[in-house]
Amino acid sequence: MEEQEVLTQVEAKLRENFGDNIISAEMMRDFSVFTIKRDKIVEVIKFLYDEPEMEFRFLTDLCGVHFPDNKGQELGVIYHLHNMFKNWRIRLRIFFSVDDAVVPTLTTVFSAANWMERETYDFFGIVFKGHPNMRRILNVDDMIGFPMRKEFPLEDQNREDKNDAMFGR
Amino acid sequence: MATEVFEKNNVTLAAAPPGIEGPGFFATSLDKVIGIARANSIWPLPFATSCCGIEFMATMAAHYDMGRFGAERLSFSPRQADLLMVMGTIAKKMGPILKQVYIQMAEPRWVLSMGACASSGGIFDTYSVLQGIDRIIPVDVYVPVVLHAPNRCWMAL
Repeated sequence: MEEQEVLTQVEAKLRENFGDNIISAEMMRDFSVFTIKRDKIVEVIKFLYDEPEMEFRFLTDLCGVHFPDNKGQELGVIYHLHNMFKNWRIRLRIFFSVDDAVVPTLTTVFSAANWMERETYDFFGIVFKGHPNMRRILNVDDMIGFPMRKEFPLEDQNREDKNDAMFGR
Repeated sequence: MATEVFEKNNVTLAAAPPGIEGPGFFATSLDKVIGIARANSIWPLPFATSCCGIEFMATMAAHYDMGRFGAERLSFSPRQADLLMVMGTIAKKMGPILKQVYIQMAEPRWVLSMGACASSGGIFDTYSVLQGIDRIIPVDVYVPVVLHAPNRCWMAL
């Protein structure tokens, strides 16, 4: 199967060059997913970009996740890469604690990561070290709090007229 | 002849203000004339953000014509507009911009808030949507949206 082949080939290359920095490599439904150590992520992606047999030259997505139940590994950044030549897709994940939400920036490899990292900062509070313009992109500049974290309330807190009983609070 | 056409189609002319009439002239006070002009031909500034903007476009079109009210001349410059029509969801980031547009309008100016989102945040009670433009600018008329026949709104103004 094509996807299984992607997993085995990419995993082999990564383990050969990065060894222990690849925490896990697995198949989630039909997607090859690799969990990498946070400090090495830019080097791994650069390697996947440059290596002649890998050639993952398209950054499909860069987003954040928040799992408050994984103590010590609450926040994460997910990278989706695409090899357009062979139509291979992989996902790379890094996880870290909410108290130490700093990640090296990917803008040196992909320019598209610029706005994606700003959005991740805006919504999760993950700071990308080395980013040329680390500020909020979609929300108001002086906003306090990070909306996509699980503890942030959905509703606007400044409404006086909504009856708590009717809205299930 | 003209009056028959008007009666058949339920059209009314604006009533003339008190004044002196004669063959070929009509004299009245200046502020009355300006009053007629303001009431019967309002030039809107369509601040169309969302779906209500599309409804506005439909109102401008031939079927529900906005030229009936003299409002077919839109201006996107606040200096030349009478009526700021805010149509659509206003995000909190858009708030200061809307306020700036309102400030730039010359007196007399009116504000029409069209749709649930502009009037009160609508279904979007969330961190990013301004819960009603009346939090930042004074609003004269609120229109809960249906496909349009906003004649009552203009007449209210």
